[in-house]
Amino acid sequence: MNAILTAVIPVVIIGLVCAAVLVIASKLMAVKEDERFPKLRECLPGANCGACGFAGCDGYANALVENEKTPTNLCIPGGEEVSKQLSEILGVEFADVEKKVAVIHCAGDCSATGDTVDYRGINTCSAAKLLFGGKGECGFGCIGFGDCMKACPNNAIVVKNELAHICQPDCIGCGVCVKACPNGLISLVPEKSSVYVVCSNNDKGAVTRKVCTSGCIGCKKCEKVCPAGAIKVVDSLAVIDYEKCENCGLCAENCTNKCIRFVK
Amino acid sequence: MAKLIIILLSAVFINNYILSRFLGICPFLGVSKKLDSAAGMSLAVIFVMMIATAVTWPIQMFLLNPNNLGYLQTIVFILVIAALVQLVEIVLKRYIPALHKSLGVYLPLITTNCAILGVTILNIDEGYTFLEAMVNSLGSGLGFMLAMIMFSGVRSKLEGADIPKSFKGLPITLVAASITSLSFMGFGGVIENMFK
Repeated sequence: MNAILTAVIPVVIIGLVCAAVLVIASKLMAVKEDERFPKLRECLPGANCGACGFAGCDGYANALVENEKTPTNLCIPGGEEVSKQLSEILGVEFADVEKKVAVIHCAGDCSATGDTVDYRGINTCSAAKLLFGGKGECGFGCIGFGDCMKACPNNAIVVKNELAHICQPDCIGCGVCVKACPNGLISLVPEKSSVYVVCSNNDKGAVTRKVCTSGCIGCKKCEKVCPAGAIKVVDSLAVIDYEKCENCGLCAENCTNKCIRFVK
Repeated sequence: MAKLIIILLSAVFINNYILSRFLGICPFLGVSKKLDSAAGMSLAVIFVMMIATAVTWPIQMFLLNPNNLGYLQTIVFILVIAALVQLVEIVLKRYIPALHKSLGVYLPLITTNCAILGVTILNIDEGYTFLEAMVNSLGSGLGFMLAMIMFSGVRSKLEGADIPKSFKGLPITLVAASITSLSFMGFGGVIENMFK
């Protein structure tokens, strides 16, 4: 009995001393956490996509608390609603968020273009891009290993027939895929505009025509029909200026190779 | 002085905690994927090993041994180290937030790690004086860091290697770890003979 007590008592005493020290230390040296932080964090969608430019939603909430100049409209997935809530908590003026969605500027699936090499390497676009600039005939187009699909936090991208497709309703506009594509085929466009060019080939029309049946050949028809003057052909490739575009869809109707898409 | 150097070098190379004594394997496999997290973890380990030794050595010598309670070593050490790391975390958070930010994630992870407990107990078993014990824990921490940083390099090479499917992930990591560990066996006997 005595032997047990001589063992138990010192351990209990040491444990109690440790506990007491910890309790006192945590009371004395408590760090005040900004009470706005949990509120801000709750408003944010929690996708941790990094579209705001900070490391996840926690990082953004932290930046908002620490630096008053951090804009409240950086959260693209959350959109206007989140921006409003954030501004309310911080007591600053609310700024507009333009909702954006990602689009892929390529239509070169299996039927439109072919492969030049039989690629057997690592199954990622960025690895394929390092060898001969990709495996397909068109050096500008979608490689089709789905780097964007793997990067998408919301599973909004699928690869069909070696071409990536973005499911618009699922797209939260975070722009992660824009950085993931080694060919820079993805860009963010305003959600309200429904027309975009599905080609990124800067080669001359004749060259483009050889490698892909749905490429932009730079015929400038769209430039002529556009009533708002929003389309310009730069380096044999049509580029839409979304500031001017009125969503009439005339360019898409008149495109020779149907490489301007109009979604109603 | 020569003895201290021998203790330091043999703790780093010969009795390397991960690769020779096989203690602290959990963080070794868990946190060695990236160089910066491996370095952060190792710094935290060095830090905690030093303060743990500084606290447990006097406890053993002045509290447990005089009262014939040496057999309580393990449980008392675990208790003290766990409380100590918590205390250090609270203090760091309050006074050195920058250090807390860089070590913060790793501190709770190693609270009851066997490498930390191993260092403190082996210091007693080897009969080191306080200074020798401190040097030994510094060396053990440095050895841990060496192994972590070396192995993070090995793992980053493994990422790009063409590995058979059944070996991917943990199996190939374990194979690589055992080969790295074998290479450390080559240091056996080198340092003792250096000072003869």
